[in-house]
Amino acid sequence: MSLLDLEVPNIEESTSIERLSRGQLVRRRFLRHKLAVFGLITLGLMFVLAFIGPYFSKHKWDELDFFYLLQPPSREHYFGTTQIGGDVYALTLHGLQKSLIIGLLVAVFSTGLAAMVGAFAGYLGGRTDRALMWLVDFLLVLPGFLIIVILSPLFRGKTWLIFVVLLAAFGWMITARIIRGMTFSLRERDFIRAARYMGVPAHTIVFRHLIPNVASILIIDATLNVGGAILTETSLSFLGFGVQPPDVSLGTLIAEGTSSALTYPWLFSFAGAALILTVLSVSFIGDGLRDAFDPGSIKSAKK
Amino acid sequence: MFPRISVRVPYTRLLGFGRFGVLTFIYKRFLNLVMLVVLASSLGYFLAASALDPRANFEGRNPPVAESTIDHKLDAINMNTKTPILERYVTWASGVIRGDLGTTLSEDSVNDEISRRIWVSLRLLFIASILGSVLGVLAGVFSAVRQYKFFDRYFGIISFILLSTPVFLLAILLKFGAINLNSRIGTTLFYTVGEYTPELSGGTWDLFVNRLQHLILPTLSFALLQIAFYSRYQRNAMLDVLSSDHLRTARAKGLTKRQALFKHGLRVAILPMTTFFAYGFGTLITGAVFTETIFGWNGMGLWFITSVQSNDVNSVSAFVLFSAVLILMSGFIADVATAALDPRVRLR
Repeated sequence: MSLLDLEVPNIEESTSIERLSRGQLVRRRFLRHKLAVFGLITLGLMFVLAFIGPYFSKHKWDELDFFYLLQPPSREHYFGTTQIGGDVYALTLHGLQKSLIIGLLVAVFSTGLAAMVGAFAGYLGGRTDRALMWLVDFLLVLPGFLIIVILSPLFRGKTWLIFVVLLAAFGWMITARIIRGMTFSLRERDFIRAARYMGVPAHTIVFRHLIPNVASILIIDATLNVGGAILTETSLSFLGFGVQPPDVSLGTLIAEGTSSALTYPWLFSFAGAALILTVLSVSFIGDGLRDAFDPGSIKSAKK
Repeated sequence: MFPRISVRVPYTRLLGFGRFGVLTFIYKRFLNLVMLVVLASSLGYFLAASALDPRANFEGRNPPVAESTIDHKLDAINMNTKTPILERYVTWASGVIRGDLGTTLSEDSVNDEISRRIWVSLRLLFIASILGSVLGVLAGVFSAVRQYKFFDRYFGIISFILLSTPVFLLAILLKFGAINLNSRIGTTLFYTVGEYTPELSGGTWDLFVNRLQHLILPTLSFALLQIAFYSRYQRNAMLDVLSSDHLRTARAKGLTKRQALFKHGLRVAILPMTTFFAYGFGTLITGAVFTETIFGWNGMGLWFITSVQSNDVNSVSAFVLFSAVLILMSGFIADVATAALDPRVRLR
């Protein structure tokens, strides 16, 4: 112990720098990121709109109003009506609901899978690592989009949860690689070694020590994956390979609206705007989280 | 700095088939890629053959078709679901090895279909990916060099919005924008359907212009997203390089800012882009499916969608093979480019 070490506490006590916990630091840095705050507010509004909005309209999404066919937005139908008299407001909100739920579920599943695969591959190393990384490379070669399109006849007419599972099954690879890389360096740290020499089994080390230590990356990636999942889901639904009618998602709404959207723009512009705004705000939040958790990565950017 | 122990390899040996040679590296990567193509297309066949049901196309017809007739028809094109899937696979695979990709449901040759469509897609993919990556990298570099200036700020926001827009929505918006513009100026400046006007008569120049007018919108909807994608990553990579020691050294020894940037900065910053290019190609093929569908181009992507809808197993498998070959080739090119730019990679 040198003299210097002993002096350190005194300096801290004498100055009135407030001590922040990591959580407070992260929160403060996040709130300083203007676009991220904008994203958080917009996404919050989207959720409110999707889940509470339907109660403010007299019309249900699966109801048809035969007195109003293809009417522009009005008091009665806020966003207008479709060719067969469906209320575009209710339909858009229902589609938004579905897209948001699918996006969240897929992000949680795929990031969880990525964390497990990456941590096990990185921690166990050797043959397990090679096999898992080969699988990752292989899945990156075959676009998941193509596979889901090919498999779409299998889940046609069944629950959309199968669709969620498929989306998650093809969305975890890149995150898994990142986690594996981080596990490689964590593996040699003292606390992991201590656990290993005490005889803690590998799966306990992975779940109790490794995954919590990469939590910040997982949170960031899960957020960004929500955006990616929504994009993939709406794209597939647009072509008719995703969410199946009579159920609606933003993708199916846009697909139905495009054929006559030039003359009747309300058919698809609300769904399109909701889609872009949702994904945009999710990516702003992800960006803000990254800056908040890991300010080092933008050191050069902030000067 | 202390002298570091390093392996000094004569430059002549870097080129040949030796342990450190580029050719050895290429050869090894190539073998690996061939194996991946075989596996990917086989998996594609198995998935297509088990998920799609060609029999459904003949059942439920009026007047009903006899089962033996259906069996006979399906046997002829190797799509009979009563034949064990492994047997069908062997028939298909032995055909593929001989360069014959089988027959479509309407009993045309898959090879003919591909040769008719492949250039439509490749033209779109190549022009858009070259345009997208070059412009994207340039925009990224420019943003990084003039950080927080006008261009960086607004281009950053625009590319964020573009990256949040799915391809299909961007294509639709471009299409509507073009139709509006056409009706406003009174002539057809941009065509929104097909790849050329079939009834057009005129010289080569007219044909060329006509094709160009058809090409602009699909290429744009494709290239814009890539420009946005590449520019974000290039900007970050360039910012890292800008604050690096070796660039400061380059400036300190008297290079002008421009010389230092292009000779020492860009070369390092462009390296990680090759990886993004390799992994980005899968997304690109997905994008082709949408642009071709929306702009009515009769390319491979549109063919894939219609084939899945009509349960055409052989055509779907051919598309999977096509995309696997393309993706792996782009990965291979990216690998070779990385190895050529960065000698450290070869020693692994």
